[in-house]
Amino acid sequence: MRYIAFAFLLLLPVTALAVEPDEMLQDPVLEQRAREISRELRCVVCQNQDIDSSNAGVARDLRILVRERLVAGDSDKEVIAYIHARYGDYVLMRPPLNRVTLALWMAPFVFALVSLLVGWTVISRSRRRAAATGFSDDEKAEIARFIEENASKDGS
Amino acid sequence: MGRILAFIPLAIAAIFGGFFLWGLNPDRDPNNIPSVLISQPAPEFDLAAVDGLETPGLSRADLVGNPRPVIVNVFASWCVPCRAEHGVLTQMVEKDGLTLFGINYKDKPEDATKWLAELGNPYERIGSDLSGRVGIEWGLSGVPETFIVGSDGTVLFRYVGPVVGETAISTFREALIQAGALARGQNG
Amino acid sequence: MTPEIGHFALALALALALVQSVLPIFGAARGNILWMQSARWSSLGQAFFVGIAFLALMQAFITSDFTVKNVVENSNSLKPMLFKVAGTWGSHEGSLLLWTLILTVFGAAVALLGSNIPLALRARTLSVQAWISVGFLTFMLLTSNPFDRVFPPPGDGQDLNPLLQDVGLAMHPPLLYFGYVGFSIVFSFAVAALIEGRVDAAWARWVRPWTLAAWMSLTAGIALGSWWAYYELGWGGWWFWDPVENVSFMPWLMGTALLHSAIVTEKRDAFKSWTILLAILTFSLSLLGTFIVRSGLLTSVHAFAVDPERGLYILGLLAVSIGSSLALFAWRAPTMEPGGLFKPISREAGLLVNNLLLATATGIVLFGTLYPLFYEAATGGEKLSVGPPFFNASFIPVMLPLVFAMGLGPYLSWKRADLAGVLQRLRFVAVLAGLATLMIWYLAEGGPVLGYLSLMLAFWLFFATLREWAMRIKLFEAPFPESLRRARNLPRSSHGMTLAHAGLAMAMFGFIGSTVWKSEEIIFVRPGTEVSIGGFDVTFEGAERVRGPNYFADRGTLRVAREGNYVTDLFPERRTYPVAQTTTTESAIRSTMAGDLYASIANPAAEDESTQGAWTLRILYEPLVNFIWIGSAMLVLGGGLSLSDRRLRVGAPRRKATAPAALPAE
Repeated sequence: MRYIAFAFLLLLPVTALAVEPDEMLQDPVLEQRAREISRELRCVVCQNQDIDSSNAGVARDLRILVRERLVAGDSDKEVIAYIHARYGDYVLMRPPLNRVTLALWMAPFVFALVSLLVGWTVISRSRRRAAATGFSDDEKAEIARFIEENASKDGS
Repeated sequence: MGRILAFIPLAIAAIFGGFFLWGLNPDRDPNNIPSVLISQPAPEFDLAAVDGLETPGLSRADLVGNPRPVIVNVFASWCVPCRAEHGVLTQMVEKDGLTLFGINYKDKPEDATKWLAELGNPYERIGSDLSGRVGIEWGLSGVPETFIVGSDGTVLFRYVGPVVGETAISTFREALIQAGALARGQNG
Repeated sequence: MTPEIGHFALALALALALVQSVLPIFGAARGNILWMQSARWSSLGQAFFVGIAFLALMQAFITSDFTVKNVVENSNSLKPMLFKVAGTWGSHEGSLLLWTLILTVFGAAVALLGSNIPLALRARTLSVQAWISVGFLTFMLLTSNPFDRVFPPPGDGQDLNPLLQDVGLAMHPPLLYFGYVGFSIVFSFAVAALIEGRVDAAWARWVRPWTLAAWMSLTAGIALGSWWAYYELGWGGWWFWDPVENVSFMPWLMGTALLHSAIVTEKRDAFKSWTILLAILTFSLSLLGTFIVRSGLLTSVHAFAVDPERGLYILGLLAVSIGSSLALFAWRAPTMEPGGLFKPISREAGLLVNNLLLATATGIVLFGTLYPLFYEAATGGEKLSVGPPFFNASFIPVMLPLVFAMGLGPYLSWKRADLAGVLQRLRFVAVLAGLATLMIWYLAEGGPVLGYLSLMLAFWLFFATLREWAMRIKLFEAPFPESLRRARNLPRSSHGMTLAHAGLAMAMFGFIGSTVWKSEEIIFVRPGTEVSIGGFDVTFEGAERVRGPNYFADRGTLRVAREGNYVTDLFPERRTYPVAQTTTTESAIRSTMAGDLYASIANPAAEDESTQGAWTLRILYEPLVNFIWIGSAMLVLGGGLSLSDRRLRVGAPRRKATAPAALPAE
């Protein structure tokens, strides 16, 4: 089944080089916005490519559509919403924030927090062991080594 | 405490493994993208007829108020798999009496006319989508794609790729039965 | 006949691997020297037989033996010789054979070079390595035999994907696999240490050269892949956050963390369980990469032909190897003693920060790469894309503090550092970095704030690294001969660190320059059309049809001038490979340190009167982009310098209490 799907996708005419001169807008500011929007939209027939760098026919149509909406006065958000409405979440390279993607967007913060926690625990544990009442034999050896190393003044 | 912490990597790996096992299910196709149109009203569009063809054009109004759900097929003469699919669709129209509408996607009118003259024309209406804009309205990702639209103009099903071969045809027929376009047991 | 020899050699290698997976480890448990020593010969034998199999397959490719299915599917008699050879590892089966070859070569290398490692540890390590061999050899023999025949043989082959017919890409998989698989030996060492229940400074020192070798190859492999994407894909990008790129990047991030945490274990006997965990995770991520690329779990540009059955087998392999090693970890790690104490401001704490940031970054990349799968499972079939915008937004903020810490870390002394003194020394570096950034800002006339922040940090890292090195050899403080003598006496690993850290700063200049100040022109050109970009005037002189061995191409000629003076000609091509039915873009690039002028051509998408006789020309100016590859080369060289450090080769201390097995047998 999968093989058939691949076979027909490959039959889309593929001769061009992504963005073509005849698609581009005269106004450099609008064109720049179009390029940036295009990088946020996924080419639906490609494997992980945005429409800006894809040479598939549908990607070209979408690029032209993005520019038409911009010329018609849409904001960047409106253009993206327009295409989102027709192709769904899949078309967005930047996943929308919703109930099911919350975990994704929270993950970097959670990971950073866990890292901080781990780092703090490791350091404070080392400190607690050092501050423990009295010195064990291990620690005495440790101190001796410390003095020796400091005396030799070698940083590495 | 340390004992429990030491199990965390194993636990995370096990969870990941569970997802991977689920992902390897042979029925799962990572390239199959569900349509947002399912259970939504069909998009607004109005396409003129293919230049030089007698078959009338297609608009959203034609999709509403049909006695039974209809098939909307997006095709093009330059699309090779469409040729194989054409026979399957023709049979559905002739044997099962289904209504078939076509959207001729980014095709030269003369090529489309020649193609249909050669293979036969099972389409009741064909809209010519020269710019591919209506294709975008339908959330098209490639050609061919085939939709089933209910009598009230609601999109009920979408099939990506050619409806060719046993599995594809039985999937599509099952969808037609679910939609009420075909009676169960009616054979094609 | 040769393919059958190859097949048979694989079976022999499997038999040896089976013996090696039990005999030495039992020998180590019972103190049987002979059994332990058997690992040496079985490791060498495995590498020998897999080598024979690999050469047999290569021979089939070189002679275009179209009775072999793999050759039919991935080669063609017209293909240039280099790519016939490279075709050996161009397919799933062939690359798996390469994987296994490298796996066994690493085992053999430990058997040959690891004479300073205690016999019991070496025997256990090689047994663990043999477990992995068994897994991959059976996988190959059961599901992916590269020597399958076809009958009747076709007249010619279907050709290798033309995108892959390229020198850079021919070398990319071997280097990448060398890195991936190199971490297998570190994994085996870690598992062996867990079985022994002992990890100490000596262990870390034995493992370090293997980690370094694997890390160097992986760095080179990733850089080469990114360079290939840059010049071959035709739009001048070098990193796309594609799942397959990500799965090679994750072991690199983890491996980098491992490299640094192993230093703490080696010098201070601390972070022991963490180092072991990193060793296991680094190789687990390598295996995960193999799984994702070969199972079709995620959609990607680079994936091999997918097959759920193979996917299931590799998943089983993953479950056994990762599951059992992590279970062993969970059992043994809590018994490991915490090592040397340190203060919140110390070299240890600095390396802790390095490790935590790298782990966070790896976690983010892993989670983002797999999230579409999680999402699909959670929603029952809905699809989601996690693309570059997500990764850039989450990964960069973690990397920037890391770069800051990288500048600071080497100044900190072990156990307890004098923060005030360090800051005093770095004040000059901070001012210098600020001034350099201001200068660029003045010259470049603006740009995004994040770009300048990154640039400032790159300068910070660069100057801080150089200053630290200068300080160690007392450059400009002592007379020059004295500095030279100090430089000679400085351990090579120290020079290696300087080179690698400075290399990362260099690569950052490349990342920033080619992202922030990239300029682009896309126009229709006809003979005589002129376009200006990046200070160059480019004239399109026309295009002609040329023929190659297994392709034909449209080749454009561009005349490049600067202020009226001729600079060079560029010949971008659009190649069509009739057998493989594929078209590729061959960009033409004029490379200088300042930046690349990058041109590619194509036929216009719309065929009408307005585009009659025209070509689409895409021309880019990518400032500083070569710093990426120069920086990468410095990373690899830095690793190499470290690897050549005398302390790692000879005089590595034997364990204080040598195993009783050293007694002569009675």
